[in-house]
Amino acid sequence: MNGDTPATDFTPVDALVDQFGSGMEATIPLLQGIQDEFGFLPLDAIRYLTTKTGIPASHLFGVATFYNRFRLTPVGKNMIRVCLGTACHVQGGGRVHTVTREILEMEDEADTTADRLFTVEPVACLGCCSLAPVVMVNQTTHGRLDAPATRKLIRKYNKAEKKATAEQS
Amino acid sequence: MEQSQTANDGLRVVIGLGSCGIAAGAQDVKDAFVNALAAHKVEASLEDTGCNGACHREPIVEVYQGSDHWTYGGVTVKQVDEIVEKHLKGGAPIEEWTLQKGPLAPEVEAFFSKQKRIALANCGVIDPEKIEDYLAQDGYVALKTALADNDRDKVIAEMLDSGLRGRGGGGFPTGLKWKFTKGATGDQKYIICNADEGDPGAFMDRSILEGDPHAVLEGMAIAGFATGATAAYIYCRAEYPLAIARLRIAIVQAEERNLLGEKINGSEFTFKIKIKEGAGAFVCGEETALIFSIEGHRGMPRKRPPFPANSGLFGKPTNINNVETLANVPWILRNGGAAFAAMGTEKSKGSKVFALAGKIKRGGLVEVPMGITIREILEEIGGGSDTGAPLKAVQMGGPSGGCIPAKLFDTRVDYDEVTRTGAIMGSGGMVVMDETSCMVDIAKFFLDFTQKESCGKCTFCRVGTLRMLEILERISEGKGKMSDLDLLEELAHKIKETSLCGLGQTAPNPVLTTLKYFRHEYEAHVESQRCPAKVCKPLLTYSIDADKCTGCTLCSRVCPVHCITGTKKEVHVLDQAACTKCGSCSEVCKDDAIHIE
Ligand SMILES: Cc1cc2nc3c(=O)[nH]c(=O)nc-3n(C[C@H](O)[C@H](O)[C@H](O)COP(=O)(O)O)c2cc1C
Repeated sequence: MNGDTPATDFTPVDALVDQFGSGMEATIPLLQGIQDEFGFLPLDAIRYLTTKTGIPASHLFGVATFYNRFRLTPVGKNMIRVCLGTACHVQGGGRVHTVTREILEMEDEADTTADRLFTVEPVACLGCCSLAPVVMVNQTTHGRLDAPATRKLIRKYNKAEKKATAEQS
Repeated sequence: MEQSQTANDGLRVVIGLGSCGIAAGAQDVKDAFVNALAAHKVEASLEDTGCNGACHREPIVEVYQGSDHWTYGGVTVKQVDEIVEKHLKGGAPIEEWTLQKGPLAPEVEAFFSKQKRIALANCGVIDPEKIEDYLAQDGYVALKTALADNDRDKVIAEMLDSGLRGRGGGGFPTGLKWKFTKGATGDQKYIICNADEGDPGAFMDRSILEGDPHAVLEGMAIAGFATGATAAYIYCRAEYPLAIARLRIAIVQAEERNLLGEKINGSEFTFKIKIKEGAGAFVCGEETALIFSIEGHRGMPRKRPPFPANSGLFGKPTNINNVETLANVPWILRNGGAAFAAMGTEKSKGSKVFALAGKIKRGGLVEVPMGITIREILEEIGGGSDTGAPLKAVQMGGPSGGCIPAKLFDTRVDYDEVTRTGAIMGSGGMVVMDETSCMVDIAKFFLDFTQKESCGKCTFCRVGTLRMLEILERISEGKGKMSDLDLLEELAHKIKETSLCGLGQTAPNPVLTTLKYFRHEYEAHVESQRCPAKVCKPLLTYSIDADKCTGCTLCSRVCPVHCITGTKKEVHVLDQAACTKCGSCSEVCKDDAIHIE
């Protein structure tokens, strides 16, 4: 996977260090800030953070690979979180996940579509258990889905995105 | 949040905007009210509140006027205009849409009548973003009184009297924990609120944080006063952005009124709260892992002792409590420990919040007195299964808990009674299952979860859970052997015995309880390659019932591997050799013509 995107502008990292400091306990907020900024943790940004704070890169990578929320690869333009918590599981969340991937024609191991428009991420629980099964597209939660409803929903987003991209180019 | 306009006769429209309400469309409903109020020139104050627990009836809109109070449930954007025109403007409530008079009224009554709300008392009642609302419900009275009395031992004595036990899953007496932290020596002490709520299928803490954040802050400050801690952290999982946002607002508001911060309310007591966002690791709910995480490390549990009360955050005495535990504290101090202890059983006092989900008719958040039976919760409050089929089991305690079969539904909600079944009280997740749920599949689901979430420190937890998962996968594919069942049990006991923290010590529970109560389902998978609940895909065969098929072509169009053929209006045929058993055909068939065996 391509974690080595060309060095970009890391001034946002400076601002984060100003805000959170460079002590060990700042590790997680710093990484969260970088991920909020870039959508993922670019290798160069981590290296830069090490030079800037003196926190060893091994520590930063150790933390980045321990927690599920951190990712070392870029995300697609839209984030689809499919809930696979217990309630969603017993109400058919697994099917919702499969169907979502089917509609977006995702390859076996990939978590992001080839056109980089969508990333599909299974999550453990979004806490809306009584609306199970639930999918969160960017900031919007959709509940009480089944396979046909999921198909309709994901097609709608996909179509809108494809149209927007076509108009741009 | 909303500026109240000059309202006519105190006309108020209150909308439940918890995460679940928003997911059900409450924000759209609120926007529709803004437009409709303007269009009909109705003056009313439009207010937000948290979740009242009846998640199955979201979005919920309440209308208050004078002494009148109406609740609309399941409100759609389309209904809003009519509600504004007929009710708010015309003064005639649309009774059939309301939960008081409508067709659902008896059900709503059943949902609420057996509940006893302490931790949830303000949820769905007050606007969580307005400290005035909390103050109007006697908010911060307990803290102010404790500070004025300036007697830390009295606070701890009250907590001990209440019998409150930790609601995060461990069930340790809260007063005792405070006493230990108070007794520990250290120049700095900390309070931590555990808001990691990692158990998938549980959302009690989220609702409390979203619906009544000040109660948790007040509970923390009281804990700080009693133990001598002056600094605190709330460790909240990142999946709860709304909870975090409301906590931030609440902290600022409390600081502005000097109910948090330096020399609170004119006393000598200083208490500052910071929020730490989690980064997605179930094991970080475990207290020692959580502490490492706040310190900026990988969240891997360590051996206890020393307990956090003596050596916790940054090596200092630290008291960790769960969100719900803390939310009970102001009530206990206001009403006295004895009032709390008057409810419940001998060793389990007070009330407990449960998140009801799964195959249940009235899902949501309920708070019940300890000692109530599981049957009362599921059947009377929850209304039984959503499909009408008999309930088979309830899973309590999430990945650390177990499945309690229907024959034990008379078990009372009591730490020890629940533990005797092999499950645990846990933090309050109750996932309900009926005959369409496969118990092997459920066990596999939890093992998959714990196996992924194991931090990897202890070998049996890291490798043993993976081996157990492989065996369960084998069984669910019809490739299991009868000796696998014994092997599962053997591994389960070894993992329990050799793991350092609660994650490993309890990870095998879902397997052990399903093996204990539903062994016949395992045997059906192994001996006759059959999944009685028709869930385990590899064991199913799909075919088309020629008598029922009308040739509508829906199934052949949806089949991802094109294994269904046929012309329009003629019976279709399914090629079983090519079928991947995805189930798409049966999902779309309107004639019930897909036969699954
Ligand atoms: C694997 C694991 C996960 C846990 N997750 C949580 C959690 O999400 N929330 C929580 O309050 N306690 C959790 N706990 C329990 C905590 O370690 C601790 O007992 C609790 O926060 C103490 O608060 P209480 O006494 O108020 O319950 C977990 C324990 C283990 C072993």
